[in-house]
Amino acid sequence: MPHLSTYVGLADHSEQILADSLRAIGQGHARAADVFHTCHLLAEMSDQHRADLAPMVQRYGEDDIEEPERLHAEGLAQAREGEIGLLRDLQDLHVLATLVQTTWTVIAQGAQGLRDPDLLRVATTANAETSRQLTWLSTRMKTAAPQALIVAP
Amino acid sequence: MVDRINDIWGERTPHARGTTWPARVDQYLEDGINETQVDRWVQSACLLCSNGCGADIAVKDGRMVGIRGRAGDTVNHGRLGPKGLYGSTPWASSPDRLTRPLIRQDGRLVETDWETAMGRIVEVSKGLLEQKGPLSHGFYTSGQLFLEEYYTLAVIGKAGLGTPHMDGNTRLCTATSAAAFKESFGADGQPGSYTDIEHCDAIFLFGHNMPETQTVLWARILDRTRGEDPPRIVCVDPRRTMVALEAERTGGVHLAPRVGTNLALMNGLTRELLANGWIDEAWVQAHTIGLDALRATVEPYTAEEVARICGVEADDVRRAARIFGESNAVLSTVLQGFYQSHQATAASVAVHNLHLLRGQIGRPGSGVLQMNGQPTAQNNRECGADGDLPGFRNWDNPAHVQQLADLWNVDTMTIPHWAPPTHAMQLMSYAETGSIGFLWISATNPAVSMPESARIRKILEGDQCFVIVQDLFLTETAELADVVLPAAGWGEKTGCFTNVNRTVHLSEKAVEPPGEARSDLDIFLAYADAMGFTDNDGAPLIGWRTAEEAFNAWREATRGRPVDYTGLSYDKLRGPSGIPWPVNDEHPDGTDRLYADAVFPTDTDTCETYGHDLLTGGAVTEQEHRALAPAGRAFLKGADYTPPHEEPSEDYPLRYTTGRTVYQFHTRTKTGRARSLHQAAPDAWVELSQVDADRLDIAEGDWVRVESPRGSLEVRARIGQVMQGAVFAPFHYGHWDPDGLAADAEHRLANELTMTVWDPVSKQPYFKTAACRVTKIRDREGPSPAPTTAASAPASVPAGGQAPAPPTGAPTTSQVLGTTPTYALDPSNRRS
Repeated sequence: MPHLSTYVGLADHSEQILADSLRAIGQGHARAADVFHTCHLLAEMSDQHRADLAPMVQRYGEDDIEEPERLHAEGLAQAREGEIGLLRDLQDLHVLATLVQTTWTVIAQGAQGLRDPDLLRVATTANAETSRQLTWLSTRMKTAAPQALIVAP
Repeated sequence: MVDRINDIWGERTPHARGTTWPARVDQYLEDGINETQVDRWVQSACLLCSNGCGADIAVKDGRMVGIRGRAGDTVNHGRLGPKGLYGSTPWASSPDRLTRPLIRQDGRLVETDWETAMGRIVEVSKGLLEQKGPLSHGFYTSGQLFLEEYYTLAVIGKAGLGTPHMDGNTRLCTATSAAAFKESFGADGQPGSYTDIEHCDAIFLFGHNMPETQTVLWARILDRTRGEDPPRIVCVDPRRTMVALEAERTGGVHLAPRVGTNLALMNGLTRELLANGWIDEAWVQAHTIGLDALRATVEPYTAEEVARICGVEADDVRRAARIFGESNAVLSTVLQGFYQSHQATAASVAVHNLHLLRGQIGRPGSGVLQMNGQPTAQNNRECGADGDLPGFRNWDNPAHVQQLADLWNVDTMTIPHWAPPTHAMQLMSYAETGSIGFLWISATNPAVSMPESARIRKILEGDQCFVIVQDLFLTETAELADVVLPAAGWGEKTGCFTNVNRTVHLSEKAVEPPGEARSDLDIFLAYADAMGFTDNDGAPLIGWRTAEEAFNAWREATRGRPVDYTGLSYDKLRGPSGIPWPVNDEHPDGTDRLYADAVFPTDTDTCETYGHDLLTGGAVTEQEHRALAPAGRAFLKGADYTPPHEEPSEDYPLRYTTGRTVYQFHTRTKTGRARSLHQAAPDAWVELSQVDADRLDIAEGDWVRVESPRGSLEVRARIGQVMQGAVFAPFHYGHWDPDGLAADAEHRLANELTMTVWDPVSKQPYFKTAACRVTKIRDREGPSPAPTTAASAPASVPAGGQAPAPPTGAPTTSQVLGTTPTYALDPSNRRS
């Protein structure tokens, strides 16, 4: 199952990238107190997904082979400046979280095919929580957008 | 003659369960005036807490000289508390009232006339609208204005300017109450009634020091606990308040969870109900959704786990849950200990969950009272001056927005409905960067009352934002403004307001305002006129001139909504009692409690919100909500406990929490100008537990420095009733002092230490979860200025002595009526 292990690896790595990026953006926009605290809370969700996945990594391996067409996303190491910067950072986090979510969707399909209830549970739970992350990111973007686009200095 | 400083709750009138609360008429007249000298009594209601007691104002020679409770009013049955008695009128004739507009010139505020002041406001407003559009405008109001004023401002903001940046200091006191209702029941609206007190067999007070915040309501409870067949009291509070003592006395429980851990405790109580089968399965099945998810959420919170997180005894958790689970009629009340603390909305929603699981809502004795901090906070929420859409409409529902567009005859695109309204803390952030360049503050003092107050003062005094302050006095906030407008206060203008209990009162004008002061309504109307706001047909947007016309316009805005005022009029409100909404064809005399039919306003087309993830604040979409098909069923919603944002550390080992004393209200604008109240609580203090004080070598009255990572205060220490590891500071004290004598005036501001952090759903700032350290700076000169009564009483009294009594208050009268009046909606009528 070489491709399943690739996706297990992708889930693990993209959750890590998401968690790191959430922390970097939260820290960078610490003046927006809700962004700071919520980003850290969402990062902990991603940490938990990786912890839940760990036994599956044991079971299926975690291929990290150099595969030219392999999906990947760049993490966000540094926050942008100001209200428009926050908007763009939230949007980037949304892109990362979407990659995470579709990865879990694909893994859940594989788990169904394999009849592996453990893997299915991990993928389904993580998928549902990724929805919560995405929902918050959308909500916060909607709130920030008008001011950032029209009046922010 | 009664001294209501020492006798806070007045004479007991105990009575049996299920009978009407007796009437007792409390009255205060200023020194040298007796009843025969009063020219006239003018109908009103008290504005010095959220209880909303019906009252008459005494007028002599065109001056307000005292106050008397209205015996026939359903809220108070004639009673008034110390703040209402002593604090209602003296401020009005205080020599430091603002009587003329002020304008900033060369860095100084100088007197000017209305034309110049309003001209300057309109010039800046129009300039910014042209340059940056309506999002450059923000409004920050209060829980003290009348509904006519909130509604007028809401129409100006939403249909005239079109800005989403409107909020009130209600965000600091009551936003969680509204948010919790919306999450559980689909819309704002107090389910219960004060009359539940007469019919319950247990009362749970969650983070609610009612004996000090709503003294008259507490008197109502004492009259049950001291009567036949009394209810048991359960108290959740980190301080050993009078509620805690009453819990011990009635065989209830006092739970003192660590500050910031309320949700863990609530999850534990919920789990106990489920594990012991103390739920009404059939009712839950028929009238709620979400049971399975809630059960899964609370499963880990065993009594032992709760004991570990909260620092309470596991057996106490079980005992409290048993009282809830085995009582036939439980009344719960909730206030700032939950609203201003970590995971506020989730913890408050959890109170609803307990009632829903037991099917105990909507009948006499089984009720929830999510309290408010301020007398007119409810109207801010209803009318939409807090950013919500008027009439509990859903900003995310195009049909609701269309209703308002039709009512106001404006384009739907004008009405800001593309995102949740901007909350107070965000509003200040926008003002900080100049993104909001025009900020209008009415009847509130954010320079003292908002968290991290040093930052707020910097925002207000900076050049990046033009600040207008409309108030009775030159408050700490007004001092920083660009234009200051002198406002008429309570008794100097006419209008209505609605209390926690949904009871609407009319407050008539009793006297003329001083100098050139104008009502807030007149000020807003003058701005609207000068700006020339018009509707789609080019007619003036605001078609009303008087308070009564504004009320009638508001009444139309409530048609068909849960908050239905259509059956109310000024004439109807001139009767013996305030009237609780909804008042309409179906309920012409008002409604004592909501949800008697167990049908909740959760239908997707009706609800005020589609709801939120209680942990993150992420918004539920319309499609998701529709898929749940709530159709009148209430939501059971839970969330995991997470630790508070700032935990004690080596540098800051103690937990800092803020609160109130019975003798002061907010930043003391009115109560500080009443001699009896000022003398009873003249200056700031902090409370420490005996154990912490001994460890830090601090004695009663010693001067201490309290520091958090954000700021510090230097005040005197009371060794008091707070739990070990916690430090309590009253938030009332800024640098203003009526006598100019306070030794600590420049360093007694409790909110210097609090954090800029807020609840993810209600956006209410957390004033009760910060870490701090305490160090002694010098020896005592005498005891601390803290009151020796209620929750501030000293932990120990000197050998052989009693706690010293506070200074005597001015005499008041109090008369228990031989015959109790009939109260139209009181369920006790049906039993007797």
